[in-house]
Amino acid sequence: MQSPDTRLTPLFSILGLLALWTVAALLTNDAQVLPPPWGLLGPLQQEFASGELIKHLGSTLSRVIWAFCLAMILGVSLGIAMGRSPRLNAWLDPWLVIFLNLPALVLIVLCYLWIGLTEAAAIIAVTLNKVPNVAVVLREGARACDPALDALGQVYRMSWRTRIRHVLFPQLAPFIAAAARSGVAVIWKIVLVVEFLGRSSGVGFQIHLYFQLFDVAMVLVYALSFIGVMLMVEWLILQPLERRVSRWRRA
Amino acid sequence: MIRVDIQSKNFGATPVLGSIRFDVSNGQTIALVGPSGIGKSTLLRIVSGIDSDFRGTVVRPEKQAVVFQEPTLLPWRSALENLCIIHPNLPKDRALDMLERVGLGGMAALFPGQLSLGQQRRLSLARAFVGAPEMLIMDEPFVSLDAQTGRAMLTLTKELIAETGPATLFVTHDIHEADVLADRVLKLQAGPQGAILAV
Repeated sequence: MQSPDTRLTPLFSILGLLALWTVAALLTNDAQVLPPPWGLLGPLQQEFASGELIKHLGSTLSRVIWAFCLAMILGVSLGIAMGRSPRLNAWLDPWLVIFLNLPALVLIVLCYLWIGLTEAAAIIAVTLNKVPNVAVVLREGARACDPALDALGQVYRMSWRTRIRHVLFPQLAPFIAAAARSGVAVIWKIVLVVEFLGRSSGVGFQIHLYFQLFDVAMVLVYALSFIGVMLMVEWLILQPLERRVSRWRRA
Repeated sequence: MIRVDIQSKNFGATPVLGSIRFDVSNGQTIALVGPSGIGKSTLLRIVSGIDSDFRGTVVRPEKQAVVFQEPTLLPWRSALENLCIIHPNLPKDRALDMLERVGLGGMAALFPGQLSLGQQRRLSLARAFVGAPEMLIMDEPFVSLDAQTGRAMLTLTKELIAETGPATLFVTHDIHEADVLADRVLKLQAGPQGAILAV
């Protein structure tokens, strides 16, 4: 168990960041360039009261969820298949290297050009950006699986469902958790770029709008609001899930 | 009954096993001995069906169980779940009885990491016998246990084999284990085309 001092460390760390921001804002002395933290409260309240903030946060969150689920399903499946089949890995590894090094912006632009400025194109672009990373992490996970447990499943003739649920996935859980947590962080940033370039809703669209108006406060309101949403996802969903699947390690 | 008729087993260009033939009838226990690296574990992997890349045939019953050299448990599942997941049709009270039988009464909810090595081996033994196997394969099941625990495990295994009556093949380096458990001892020795049984 963490000591109370250690538990409070993240809070002090955040307060330190706010203090740094305040000092920078005071030194800048221009709220149009960098407003102080309390300077965002008014715009935040205004956007919240008008319903705009919730609407655009919802649009972005919906895209993040779609892209995250698709990227995890495809990336986990591909990674496991490549980790367990050296032949498949030999065929697909060069593709993986190409997609890993393809800039996110190129994929986004190509998806918009080929599919059109649609919701599907936006989600596909984000998904394609994330799948290679998930696949690489899960490939390593599949390679690290214990062959003795494979043999166990074989000699006791476990059904494939049982093997996946009780043998394979528990071994891959730390890798899936790592891919999921880094995935969420990366995906929402890419979603913002996708919205910036070709959508008419979402946090990225709003940032684009207020960028054109040179309204730094609104840009920060939208960016920080979504960071807040993603921190909630991390603390309320991902971390408890990770603790649950790894409870046997602490027993 | 187990019927083994292996013509050859190679790892790449290297011959590992030569011509090996033997039968193990129901209720019979055969100890397999031989120097380290001769191919005993490879032979067990072939007999148990884990390794199918060989020339020859192995006829084995449907219900089989293997006790590996390491306990090879599911560390993320409790002791009870380790029995019930492997044997999905096993009633819970029968699984609890078997845990009691191997000296793990009251430990059903513990994870394998909370058990000592000796207890993990007992759990591995429980997992093998609770399914009433017709064929039992054991690969040095008592290795790296202290003398007292080793003796207790040996006695327990002998009792469980007597109760269940499977065709049993096990590898050991310990002649005392072979004397206690086996009806017959087979010795692997080096041959010109891989290991063969000593006459």
